[in-house]
Amino acid sequence: MSLIHARGLVKRFGDFTAVDGIDVDVARGEAFGFLGPNGAGKSSTMRMIGCVSPPTGGVLRILDRDPRREGPAIRARLGVCPQLDNLDLELTVRENLTTYARFFGLPRKVARRRADELLDFVQLTERADSRVEPLSGGMKRRLTIARALVNEPEIVLLDEPTTGLDPQARHLVWERLFRLKQQGVTLVLTTHYMDEAEQLCDRLVVMDGGRIVAEGSPRALIERHSTREVVELRFEAESQEAFAGKLAGVGERLEILPDRILLYVADGDAAVAEVQARALPPASVLVRRSSLEDVFLHLTGRTLVD
Amino acid sequence: MTWYVLEYHLVSYRRVWRASLLSSFVLPLLTMLGFGVGVGAYVTGGVGGVPYLDWMVPGLLASTAMQIAIGDSSWPVLGGFEWQRTYFGQAAAPLRVADILGGNLLFVVFRTLTGSAAFLLTALAFGTLHSWWALAALPIAALVGLSVAAPTFAYAATIRSDSYLAILFRLGVIPMSLFSGVFFPVESLPPPARWLAYASPLWHGADLTRSATLGTAPSWSAPGHLLYLTLWAATGWYLAHRQFTRRLVV
Repeated sequence: MSLIHARGLVKRFGDFTAVDGIDVDVARGEAFGFLGPNGAGKSSTMRMIGCVSPPTGGVLRILDRDPRREGPAIRARLGVCPQLDNLDLELTVRENLTTYARFFGLPRKVARRRADELLDFVQLTERADSRVEPLSGGMKRRLTIARALVNEPEIVLLDEPTTGLDPQARHLVWERLFRLKQQGVTLVLTTHYMDEAEQLCDRLVVMDGGRIVAEGSPRALIERHSTREVVELRFEAESQEAFAGKLAGVGERLEILPDRILLYVADGDAAVAEVQARALPPASVLVRRSSLEDVFLHLTGRTLVD
Repeated sequence: MTWYVLEYHLVSYRRVWRASLLSSFVLPLLTMLGFGVGVGAYVTGGVGGVPYLDWMVPGLLASTAMQIAIGDSSWPVLGGFEWQRTYFGQAAAPLRVADILGGNLLFVVFRTLTGSAAFLLTALAFGTLHSWWALAALPIAALVGLSVAAPTFAYAATIRSDSYLAILFRLGVIPMSLFSGVFFPVESLPPPARWLAYASPLWHGADLTRSATLGTAPSWSAPGHLLYLTLWAATGWYLAHRQFTRRLVV
């Protein structure tokens, strides 16, 4: 049985279709990611899964229950880390956890014990009695994640968990999420950081314009939608385009950016040799492996959405 | 579930309760000295055979209940949606909209009650209470609080900026405090303005409270007063619930 099961799931706001008929299955213990540019429908999907947004159409079952009728019962078994922190800034770090635990009906004693364990887990024990307001962005995020865990949820929903954090804070969050995954907690997250998706997700879908445009493990997506390697060439010229014509036939696909040309190839070194054989000495050459970011940009385009 | 939400607000209040309690005594003390003793000295004839201070105190008690209730359901509610966004956190827990709204309203009633109790004690110290019925002023204050808090919740959940709250205070709260029979009988108003006063929940609250502290009959039917205030509270609840649902379940 999948913990999250969606078929033809639709969410409309008036005339605007945010989610346009998606099929999703998330199994227990899986780390599942929704990728996509802003406005792709990730957050709308997450809110439907979080049972705070009734679907407009299609089938949605969470923990084998109907979110339209059994919202509170489902939410009791979910943990939600929203995109924007909504902590109580006036309360202390610990009080934020204990009062939230009470919403799940936990006895006070259990709430306090759980709060202490979680503060330890997200490394905030020293700040337990300080107010939330002066905490750094990374600390607030960790506290929000801790709050999402007070009820020992079966599924944790994380909407852009590390957006806006500095690298140290991001890595700490990733490490904690990875530990949760090891403990068998099902993680569902949205992100537009490809490294985050590659680090954490067993399986992911790429969304664009409310639809799913690709699905699979990070490895499989790269294999299916990109080449094994990418050669980045930079020519000393006003425009890179002048050189593009001369590169025809090298590699499967070529992309011209204002400052460089990307060649999507199976064998990077062979491609570089070919470029040099054509007497086109680039100012700089970089051969790298294809990443999820290449897949993402290929599928959703380079144009800004908003 | 509603209780857990109330509990959350009480934990939050614990941080400021000392200052809050102090100010709930200071306000009635100052107004009693200023308006009652100061202004009252010029109103030598009293009102309806009662010393001006004794006549004004119950009105001011109802007015204070109203101001506490509106104060606690305007900025905090707007902030819960727009600034701290705490309501969205609550909505992600297994609470229903009715729990989130109900728990918060109960807290506002608690604040109204404690503020009114402080006022009543001060009024007792000034010897302005004429009857044991004065105790009934507390449940009346709670009802007055609910009757204005519920619609204010609905309003604060609808607006997106606090400049709309300034409008509420200038066009709603201040005129109501001045012209609802708190400082002078509404019969002194010209007839059209008098009807506006009758429509305001504060006049009903003030009249009821006055009959309680003076131990006299209200100037209008007591069940009528109670029913009218309940109608405001019920309509306010309906609108607030609808508005909270629109914001939290989309």
